[in-house]
Amino acid sequence: MKFIVSIILIALLSFAACLYFPWWSIAIVAFIVAALIAQSAGMSFLTGFLALFLLWGVLSFWISSSNEHILAHKVSLVILKIDSPYLLMLATALIGGLVAGFAAMTGSFLRKKKVSPSY
Amino acid sequence: MRVIPFIIFGFITAALIIILNTSLLLPAPLGKLLSPQHGIWQNAEPVNEDFTANLSFPQLTGKVNVYLDDRLVPHIFAEQENDAYFVQGYLHAKFRLWQMELQTHAAAGRASEIVGDVALNHDREFRRLGMVYAAENALREVEKDTVMKSECDAYTAGVNAWIESLNESSLPIEYKLIGYKPEKWNNFKTALFLKYMAYDLAAHENDFEMTNAKNFFSKEDFAKLYPAIPDSADPIIPKGTVYSKPKVELKIPATADSLYFNNTSPISLTEQKPDKDNGSNNWAVSGKKTQSGYPILANDPHLGLNLPSLWYEMQISTPNFNAYGVSFPGSPGIIIGFNDSCAFGFTNGGRDVRDYYEIKFKDESRQEYWFNNEWKKTDFRFEAIKIKGKPDYIDTVAYTVFGPVMFDKNFTGNKTTGNRDYAVRWKAHDPSNELKIFNMLNRAKNYADYSAAVVNLHTPGQNCVFATKSGDIAIRTQGEFPAKWKGQGDFIMPGTDSSYMWQAMIPMDETPFQYNPERNFVSSANQRPADSTYPYYLGSGYTPYRGITINRRLNAMNNITVDDIKKLQTDNYNVFAEMAAPVFLKNMKENELSAEEKKYFNILRTWDFRNDVTSKGATVFYLTWAHFEDTVWNDEFAKAPKTIMKPYESTLLEAILKDSAFKFLDDINTSPTETLADEVTASFKKAVVELKDAESKGRLEWAKYKDTKVVHLTKLDPFSRLHLPIGGGTHCINAAKSNHGPSWRMIVSLTPQTEAYGVYPGGQSGNPGSKYYDNFIDTWVAGKYYAIWVMKQSEESDKRVKGKITFAK
Repeated sequence: MKFIVSIILIALLSFAACLYFPWWSIAIVAFIVAALIAQSAGMSFLTGFLALFLLWGVLSFWISSSNEHILAHKVSLVILKIDSPYLLMLATALIGGLVAGFAAMTGSFLRKKKVSPSY
Repeated sequence: MRVIPFIIFGFITAALIIILNTSLLLPAPLGKLLSPQHGIWQNAEPVNEDFTANLSFPQLTGKVNVYLDDRLVPHIFAEQENDAYFVQGYLHAKFRLWQMELQTHAAAGRASEIVGDVALNHDREFRRLGMVYAAENALREVEKDTVMKSECDAYTAGVNAWIESLNESSLPIEYKLIGYKPEKWNNFKTALFLKYMAYDLAAHENDFEMTNAKNFFSKEDFAKLYPAIPDSADPIIPKGTVYSKPKVELKIPATADSLYFNNTSPISLTEQKPDKDNGSNNWAVSGKKTQSGYPILANDPHLGLNLPSLWYEMQISTPNFNAYGVSFPGSPGIIIGFNDSCAFGFTNGGRDVRDYYEIKFKDESRQEYWFNNEWKKTDFRFEAIKIKGKPDYIDTVAYTVFGPVMFDKNFTGNKTTGNRDYAVRWKAHDPSNELKIFNMLNRAKNYADYSAAVVNLHTPGQNCVFATKSGDIAIRTQGEFPAKWKGQGDFIMPGTDSSYMWQAMIPMDETPFQYNPERNFVSSANQRPADSTYPYYLGSGYTPYRGITINRRLNAMNNITVDDIKKLQTDNYNVFAEMAAPVFLKNMKENELSAEEKKYFNILRTWDFRNDVTSKGATVFYLTWAHFEDTVWNDEFAKAPKTIMKPYESTLLEAILKDSAFKFLDDINTSPTETLADEVTASFKKAVVELKDAESKGRLEWAKYKDTKVVHLTKLDPFSRLHLPIGGGTHCINAAKSNHGPSWRMIVSLTPQTEAYGVYPGGQSGNPGSKYYDNFIDTWVAGKYYAIWVMKQSEESDKRVKGKITFAK
């Protein structure tokens, strides 16, 4: 339950934070949520990672679909040197996931003691 | 708290963010760029984007409605004229901000701020040419004119209204990729933009090259290699026009003719040069030659083919006028277009208005220079050039009575010139108010209005074509040009006294023009403005060929329809080849050709002189001519100074047409005397080597060989359109070369209900993530047009309206 709640919370709060703050506010959100909802370090990483992997993956897919991937074709060539909108979405999701994952993991260490898995 | 893992993973997280937020390790800040709410994804415009919005700005005085049609062309309806310019500025910025800033930064010599010191030489050259100085002079003149000042102020306020609305996520994608932010617009930037056009269109000269050529060749050879007037000249204002005695009498210095023949050491430097093929076609046919009985006007300016396009199409309707056409993002008004009474267009005049003077400084300090028998004090201008990631570069430029000392010991354009100093005198330095012409043409009703408008155009000089619904047609080879004696300014001139200075400008009432001529059409295609009886020197380097085709065709045409004009404007006929190819066919030593060479020779023999998309003959001819030029000139030029110019194509063509024993045909390095047949055959054999190579790569067909492309201003391939199957090229009316060509094709039939067509190789949006980014290109490639919709506000519910933006106070 904590796992699911954390994912949803990180994703929603990251979305809200990015409306007003720089992109790396996702790290602060993941950090705080992981610090408040106790999970093991590994699980915290996974929650942060999945929350942003899903959020950024879905957002980029949704934006790109309504653009018929016009831009993603071009930018994937510029950045990845391969014409692949989906690879660009995957890269987007991975970047979001990694940053939030590490931030969440860091947040989990803020708690006093090691938590045992509780799901 | 578990301190050690907290610190370790805190550090990893922070490091990850820093890496992804900067370009320290990665080529780009990927986190910032790929964040779906901030980065590039925000530029992926939904294909069904609805641009509808209701906006309010305190700067406005009335209401403005903008209707965006299915091609994203805005139709502006403003209650107050200046509000229309505000909205024009707003829309230019909304759709084209990045290019507006890039172009004005480049004009101001500020490219290094964006791209780093790779652009330092460009920036120094532009500052030393006096681009900023010129824009300052122009702005002072514009701002003296209250009408133009308020027009520019409104435009600037509109651009800034858009810039102020931007945040990180709504920035144009180029700012995100390169990593900088736009600054505020101002009227000075508009002046800079216009100077950028002046640079592009009126800064071409070959003074250093020609000086070296004059030094290197004998007087007789020089006269043969660089004749002033080609025989095939068919000037804009036809031969036989009578000109009155010139009002300006020039005092020609005694040394004017003898200067530089075999007397000085060669000069070597490399300058940036605007494309010499910046040309264009325009014409207007009178109602006597059209089926409808009303005039038709056509214009296609040939410029570099870029994305986002130089042009932005729009309709501006105010209580004072209703104009439609293309505008320059960066400047108010409609530049090429029409209104409810008339139509107007331009081709480049191509006159030489940029000359160099050799300055004699007293000493290294450059504080004083010798002028009219005394030491005169130099003015210094300090140019601080900001460089991305590096300290500023300060360039100190000396200003003389002639203008800025562009080349000296501190700046040699990359190559040393020795210890000489050259000041540049450029007509664009003089105060002028070019925007006024568009303000006046947009509301022009008749020939008198046109005549009053065009005299405001000083630099760049343009051939202004005009036609009205009342049946008038006109052309004027407009500009404020220095009155020069024959040859003045073709070479570097002495700057130690005033004798070689420009003595006067040609009075405006001595500008060659035509108004309702007997032949019932007017035309221009960058050929000479007038024949040799015109009393002022016109310089050389005009290209005669497109003009020959246009005049020949228009002369023969009657009962002309819009479709006829469309066919003419996109015609791939190569009149240069029509003259040159027969020389090759006649002089080829066929018995010396191999079977393979004969195959290509047959392609040339059966060619119809059309540079059509699939034509193989066009490729064979192109390469044969290129090798022929090299074969003829390379021996003579092998020992020439590096900074030199080969003779014009027209010079060589006319030489071999009238003199098969043309002196330069002989290869000076061999003992036998080569004939025209020897040179033609040798050139052809060299061409065949390349033709075989092209054929093996599947590129023998002309469009594939020529490989036209429209390139994004960053040169990024994915943002460009490559390998476009379009015919034409140099010397064809359809002057589509590799990266240069018809940048806007417009045809206006001035019937009571205007019938107009237009297309440009680009799209209305500058955003590579928009479906409107390049959607006109295929139409342009196919030689097709869009029917222009001059909207009436009552047509608000027409199905072509895709969005409405209202602006109010």
